[in-house]
Amino acid sequence: MFRKFWIVALCLAGSAVFGKETVTNFTLDNGMDVVVVEDHRAPVVVHTLWYRVGSADEVAGKSGIAHFLEHLMFKATDTLASGELSDTVAANGGSDNAFTSYDYTAYYQRVAADRLGLMMQMEASRMTGLQLQPSDIVSERNVVIEERNQRTENDPGALFREQLRASQYMNHRYGVPIIGWMHEIEELNMDDAMAFYRQYYAPNNAILVVAGDVEPDAVRALAQQHYGAIPANPDLKPRDRTQEPPQLSPRRLTFEDPRVAQPYVTRSYLAPERDSGDQDTAAALVYLAEILGGSPATSVLGAKLQFDETVAIYTGASYGATSLDDTGFNLVIVPAEGVSLQDAEDAMDRVIAEFMETGPDPATFDRIKMQLRASQIYSQDNVESIGQRYGRALTQGLTVEDVQAWPDILQAVTADDVMAAAKLVFDEKKSVTGWLMTEGGNQ
Amino acid sequence: MIRFFLIAWMLVLTTTARAEVTIQEVTSPGGIKAWLVEEPSIPFVALEIAFKGGAALDPADKQGASYLMTGLIEEGAGDLDARAFAKRQEELAASFGFDVFDETMTISARFLTENQDQALDLLRTALIDPRFDQDALDRVRAQILSIIASDAKDPGSIASRTFDEMAYGTHPYAATLEGTPETVAALTREDMFAAHQRLLVKENLFVGVVGDISAAELGPMLDRLLGDLPQGAEGTVPPVKMALEGGVTIVDLPTPQSVALFGHRGIDRDDPDFFPAFLLNSILGGRGLESRLTREVREKRGLTYGIGTYLISKEEANLVLGQVASANDRIAQAIDLVKVEWAKMAKDGVTAEELAAAKLYLTGAYPLRFDGNATIAGILVGMQRQGLPIDYIPSRNDKVNAVTLEDVNRVAAYLLQPDNLHFVVVGQPEGLN
Repeated sequence: MFRKFWIVALCLAGSAVFGKETVTNFTLDNGMDVVVVEDHRAPVVVHTLWYRVGSADEVAGKSGIAHFLEHLMFKATDTLASGELSDTVAANGGSDNAFTSYDYTAYYQRVAADRLGLMMQMEASRMTGLQLQPSDIVSERNVVIEERNQRTENDPGALFREQLRASQYMNHRYGVPIIGWMHEIEELNMDDAMAFYRQYYAPNNAILVVAGDVEPDAVRALAQQHYGAIPANPDLKPRDRTQEPPQLSPRRLTFEDPRVAQPYVTRSYLAPERDSGDQDTAAALVYLAEILGGSPATSVLGAKLQFDETVAIYTGASYGATSLDDTGFNLVIVPAEGVSLQDAEDAMDRVIAEFMETGPDPATFDRIKMQLRASQIYSQDNVESIGQRYGRALTQGLTVEDVQAWPDILQAVTADDVMAAAKLVFDEKKSVTGWLMTEGGNQ
Repeated sequence: MIRFFLIAWMLVLTTTARAEVTIQEVTSPGGIKAWLVEEPSIPFVALEIAFKGGAALDPADKQGASYLMTGLIEEGAGDLDARAFAKRQEELAASFGFDVFDETMTISARFLTENQDQALDLLRTALIDPRFDQDALDRVRAQILSIIASDAKDPGSIASRTFDEMAYGTHPYAATLEGTPETVAALTREDMFAAHQRLLVKENLFVGVVGDISAAELGPMLDRLLGDLPQGAEGTVPPVKMALEGGVTIVDLPTPQSVALFGHRGIDRDDPDFFPAFLLNSILGGRGLESRLTREVREKRGLTYGIGTYLISKEEANLVLGQVASANDRIAQAIDLVKVEWAKMAKDGVTAEELAAAKLYLTGAYPLRFDGNATIAGILVGMQRQGLPIDYIPSRNDKVNAVTLEDVNRVAAYLLQPDNLHFVVVGQPEGLN
């Protein structure tokens, strides 16, 4: 409903793929990467600046600082008054926004294509010129507290998912919510924000993605003019995060809240993500999620549990293929009325066990391939989402070449690949199983 | 420096950004009308269909019938049961979306040029010959009952339902789309066929098509897809007696953040004052960070993550509606500010600078809407649904620019009624009575 300042959750499923896009990429002398995606159907451009920093790059005790800084980036700079950037975008008929995830923070404007230079001028100004006032900290921190109230504290399902992630990741910062824990948000201050800003906001830590009615040469000239003069940060360090130790024990959680109306069971497994030059296992896991829990009517879990046995009103499987570090493979079952959570979990386990014996149905495999191929065509209708795909990938350890190889890698997946990936990922010791219940354990 | 550039950019604005879409009206041999934008550069077609009439036509004891019917329409049709239908759709990689609202049912389809005839044949069976099998009905009904149960504990849904009941009393507008647990439990296959015949009729049909298809191809396609629909009749929604009065209604719900809906009587879309009201709302709370309420409640004081206002125009009722959410110990302050700003704008109006900024935004944003086949198809149907002429697009910004400061402030003085604002607050607000 309120569009300003999204927090982006883990991007699930992998249906968005490379189509017949006209993509050009280059790097400025100061280390800033630039990707241009052309679409000349409408006189519109989306200008997005991605930073290779997200909540998982925060230090212990300062959770939420990446997202808090994103809010503060709309305040004054040495050439812009507080709020002037958004006001200027609006005065030009455009819209602007920003979003923070575990691995990236991004700022974008969608405007008429001939306003691109103005957008770059303003975005460049806030890359290194932010000028915060103490009053900004107080009011905007309260806004973030209300954002957490709205997204998380008022939603028992969101609180439950936060607890699940904290159990899944024992040592990696993916276990800490993007928006931050409330008690740490309340203590974030000016020094925290500016330290984070100075460390990570620099051209050699940024990727500019320009998508729309533009020519690559013109984008290059404008980027050089507006961003080219900003010096690289020589002290930028590699993204060296704490990693997971061997996970040796399955974890189980029950979460009770009187505001829960519909109980359910969910399970996550630690899973490998797409790595540069090594995306085969991730591609197989995209199929596995589709086969097990993609479409309710035709997936393994849906057909068996929603249609044949009618013990569930919803089932699903999802996989976050694009991630800098280890990601998750998730299953969910929402039981039908009168079915206990234990029975629902047992039914899910039984269907998965049967699938591990029988493997995928060839016709299902063909349908998924067809849909992946079609998605290359459909995706060309939305140049903004094509640009986002590149921005996300480049902040999450992939290259332009990896993004462009992905559709062919998906088309080459075999049934044996899927079963090998399934054996790898369904390791009980790396799993977290959660029951969401209403108060008193009533199911 | 930026200020200087801004002025320069403003000057070119009116001459550069224009919506570059050419709309044709196509009438099929069988007499079905559609608006078409040919866009052959990507080999697929986006098709948007709307039927005027929706859940507000459900009989009182059948609340939720249209919603359940809409959920069932692709759960089996013709020779195909639900699973066979889904498999066929996946083989073709076509996507069909069905949705229903109080006064409209919509179908959003997307299909590849390479198998367009098969995709349309499949969609045709869903529109003309749905099965409404009992097992599918029971399965989807269980999902809807779960949604109803969840909404009953969700602060936003509770606020919305409470507000609608206070505004509309026993009128169908007060009913939720999904219906009640009792009415949904009692729905039968016969009710599904009745709802289908009530809503999917030629009399109330609007079609928008954008993509890799020509006008010559579209005519016969429309007849094959929609020609066998019954002619039907225009459904009429009974008149509303708005019962809303100024005040505060608190719904107790143990949750940390209170959710408030507020509003009063609004303005009809056909009213000559609609454009001034549209600009007024934009300045008050309609355009995010740039609106007065956001500046006062969010930017200056950090009392909320989001506050907004909207003009709601239905066939038989209109509202100025707003929403805000704040922690239980801060919602009273947010509500006080809304009242103060509402009264201030009613009394003093907006400034010339605010009006100029709103016009710049709205006129500049308009051509940027026409981006993407699916988006444009939706706009084409929306224009027809509102009765706008096919050549409306180039003239729309002139209507915005023609609004004067006197117009907006005259409308503010009668449209914004601080004493009649009713607040529905769900949560455990402190200091409110």
